[in-house]
Amino acid sequence: MSPSPCLVVKNLTTRFGSDRAGATVVDGVSFDLTPGRTMALVGESGSGKSATALSLMRLIEAPGRIIAGKILLDGRDLLSLSEREMEDVRGGQIGMVFQDPLTSLNPALTIGRQIAETILAHNNISYAEAEKQAIDLLLRVGVTDAVERVHDYPHHFSGGMRQRVLIASAISCAPAIIIADEPTTALDVTVQAKILRLLHDLQLEMHASMLLITHDLGVVAAMADTVMVMYAGQIVERADVDTIFHNPRHPYTKALLACVAGIEDDRSVPLEPITGTAPDLTDPPKGCRFGPRCPMVQDSCLRTDPKLRALSNDHAVACILVAEEKVDA
Amino acid sequence: MTVPGSPSLTKSGRQEAASLPMPPPAQRGWRLKSFMRDRGALIAAIFLLTVAAVVILAPLLSPYTADEADNLARNAPMGSAGHLLGTDQQGRDMLARVLFGGRVSLIVGVVPTIVAGMIGLALGMLAGFFRGLADQIIMRCLDVIFAFPMVLLAIAIAGAMRPGVLTEVIAITVVLIPYFARLARTATDNVLPMPFIEAARAAGGSPFTLLLRYVLPNVFSPVVVYATTLMGLMIVVGSGLSFLGLGVQPPTADWGAMVAEGRVVLRKAPHVTVLPGILILVVSLAFNFIGDGIRDALDPRTIRR
Repeated sequence: MSPSPCLVVKNLTTRFGSDRAGATVVDGVSFDLTPGRTMALVGESGSGKSATALSLMRLIEAPGRIIAGKILLDGRDLLSLSEREMEDVRGGQIGMVFQDPLTSLNPALTIGRQIAETILAHNNISYAEAEKQAIDLLLRVGVTDAVERVHDYPHHFSGGMRQRVLIASAISCAPAIIIADEPTTALDVTVQAKILRLLHDLQLEMHASMLLITHDLGVVAAMADTVMVMYAGQIVERADVDTIFHNPRHPYTKALLACVAGIEDDRSVPLEPITGTAPDLTDPPKGCRFGPRCPMVQDSCLRTDPKLRALSNDHAVACILVAEEKVDA
Repeated sequence: MTVPGSPSLTKSGRQEAASLPMPPPAQRGWRLKSFMRDRGALIAAIFLLTVAAVVILAPLLSPYTADEADNLARNAPMGSAGHLLGTDQQGRDMLARVLFGGRVSLIVGVVPTIVAGMIGLALGMLAGFFRGLADQIIMRCLDVIFAFPMVLLAIAIAGAMRPGVLTEVIAITVVLIPYFARLARTATDNVLPMPFIEAARAAGGSPFTLLLRYVLPNVFSPVVVYATTLMGLMIVVGSGLSFLGLGVQPPTADWGAMVAEGRVVLRKAPHVTVLPGILILVVSLAFNFIGDGIRDALDPRTIRR
């Protein structure tokens, strides 16, 4: 058995808009995060990846709200905490790295000040001490001339450097969980690898658990231990990284993999885009949400909404065809 | 100062860095330095400081008091013997009146703008940040003030109190608050959707921290610039109040009142009107130049490394 999880999410459901008109963007999502391991959350734009992350931090803004579920961090349900207690969790126990390093830093404050503010929010120390820690952190994330650069403003930094600054800020209080929301999407390919490497090293060093949100399957292959595939607010398949790439069972996972252009691939194998568009969540399709786009769709798919079922200890799929297969076997 | 050693991604990274010398103190002088580099703003600032110094020292510098009339030399032109800047229609020395009048004009231009700027900034930020009920209460109350024409409301407020400089200052302050609050609220609205606000929240920032460290620095500079443009205008509004007898009382002068009084003898003695008029213009311009300079100095993007 794997070590006990540090974060347990049960049936998390987040909805935007009113009860009648609105969209359930995170629909009954359940998963565990384990210390020292990386969980990747994969899916198309609008599938609810970022909404899941923001829900974990309780940063969903009106008109959105979390309507059901539990988020247990060391046994404490985050959804029952006061806003004040939640401020301690954010940045303290859960650190978050955002997608766009260019706009995620306050242009009016020096980077040293910004990192120090995060430290001061969680520690009762002097500003001078916090600034010293900020320099340590910057050195740790690879900003070599940190002693001088703490006094620089964000616009003095390149995109990759800014992402390093944001990572320094996210790990400043040694969080047990790091949420990285598409941390390399806005960066150059050459810089992406460095940032991923940095995140990976820091995570191992701190023995933290990482939730890596991405739509880049290359990043998943390089970083993840386990993978969740999300479609239209639901988890459709969850497995370890090898299984996802070599034995995907859900038609959507298969379709996603078929969309990836491999460098060595024979060009005679055509890329296969998924037909149709992601469903309108204000009016989701009946039955399986992937049904209307699924190449293997059957009548029964359009009647029942498949639940995530375990095929084995570490492989779960939400597809009635797969479940039937298993019965046949 | 250079950092010894390369960045280490191991636990020892902390130890290694902890032994480093403390960083040099933050360069607090940069704002001033950046401001000084702006020629126009620098000249304007020196000019205004000179004007301020001169009017403060008016009792020492002035050859006459402001209400001392020389009945034999009415409407004397500039350069007359004994009256360097001439006299007005009652034979009062123009130099003395300009000096003493400047005291009132500068106070009325600067003090209400600064006070209203601070109050309006705070109200606008609170309304924009917390939205909901707080927003409705603050902004609707200010809308009531906003609904009146600026000068009319100032007249009403000043009229309800005893005439004098303090009354003038209070009246103009109250009138200006909604203008600043609107500006600050809009600027807050523009800042809040920025990803760095969400990032600050995700880092555990409390509402207080967010307001003070993330919203305020990004809202401050438009408010400062707006304030400096209003200072010149408020000198004129204050003059209007004086002219109506709600501000400073004759024979005490302010520049606006002097312009108003001088219009009667505009043909015979244009200097009575033109002199204070030019002063109002130049001082207003100087405030604008300073406003631009401050805006540039506050914008981190203009800092050279």
